[in-house]
Amino acid sequence: MTTASVSLGASVSSQSRFMQLALAALLGIFVMGFVGFSHIDAVHNAAHDYRHSMAFPCH
Amino acid sequence: MNLFRNVVFIAAIAGLVAGVVLACLQAYATVPLILKAEVYEQAGGGHHHDHAATDSNAMSTTAPAGDAMSSAAPAAAQAAPADEGWAPADGFERFAFSVLANIVTGIGFALILVAVSEFAGGIGGWRQGVFWGLAGFAVFTLAPGLGLPPELPAMPAADLTQRQIWWWATVAATAAGLGLIAFRKSLPLAILAVLLIVAPHVVGAPQPDSYETAIPEGLHHQFVVAVTVTNLVFWLVLGAVVGMVRGRFTGTATSLRDSFA
Repeated sequence: MTTASVSLGASVSSQSRFMQLALAALLGIFVMGFVGFSHIDAVHNAAHDYRHSMAFPCH
Repeated sequence: MNLFRNVVFIAAIAGLVAGVVLACLQAYATVPLILKAEVYEQAGGGHHHDHAATDSNAMSTTAPAGDAMSSAAPAAAQAAPADEGWAPADGFERFAFSVLANIVTGIGFALILVAVSEFAGGIGGWRQGVFWGLAGFAVFTLAPGLGLPPELPAMPAADLTQRQIWWWATVAATAAGLGLIAFRKSLPLAILAVLLIVAPHVVGAPQPDSYETAIPEGLHHQFVVAVTVTNLVFWLVLGAVVGMVRGRFTGTATSLRDSFA
């Protein structure tokens, strides 16, 4: 918070910037994929109503 | 990893807020319809389901659909059929896991939204966030929902893995298409974008062998509307909160308009 600059990534090189953003996006996809698309029964059952409510392919 | 940390921080706040909002909307709009459908599912008996316990006790807890959300978990949690593994008990536990899933995936969606929007210069305020939210809604709800409409339990569907592959491919193609239209000032690329958006629907989503179901069409239609509208609100809230939080974070609102065509 104390190092807030004009842009979120003003102080980093463009290559590092790309890597960090790509990493964040991948993390998001992984989290979403695990909760919404995992074939593990317990995960499916726990998030069952959520999967249906998000129109994720289910069953 | 300063940037990464900031992205995660913004996504966590936005995902938490939007996830809680979505969970509340679902509790009133979609979950009662799912519970109603499970009554049909049990009556039909054609499709085994995790929450559909076999005794009549379960019938009585799920039948008054709206009531099941507010009532506490039945004292004796019904044991799920052995082959389908653990499942949360109906009532509070089931609701709590839904809320958790909403928040966790809300943060997941927010991570994707923030990361992608940073590539395009960042979301400069809540109004820009609303437009990013609309794009997210189109990519993650509208486009896959055309080929694979929201399903209720007991509805026929094609092979799960094939549908998931089609879902992800449609999301990727739609996102790429919208990105090309929004950020590339080129007619050939815009034409390519339209082709990308249309292509998954030309290929077509995996369809079930038979469309026969015990679920009344009216109930399903209600569900499709409820899912679509709740997701729209979720994405608008998510985008707006990202815009607001990011603005406070950076102290200035960078203009995204410069990067638009």
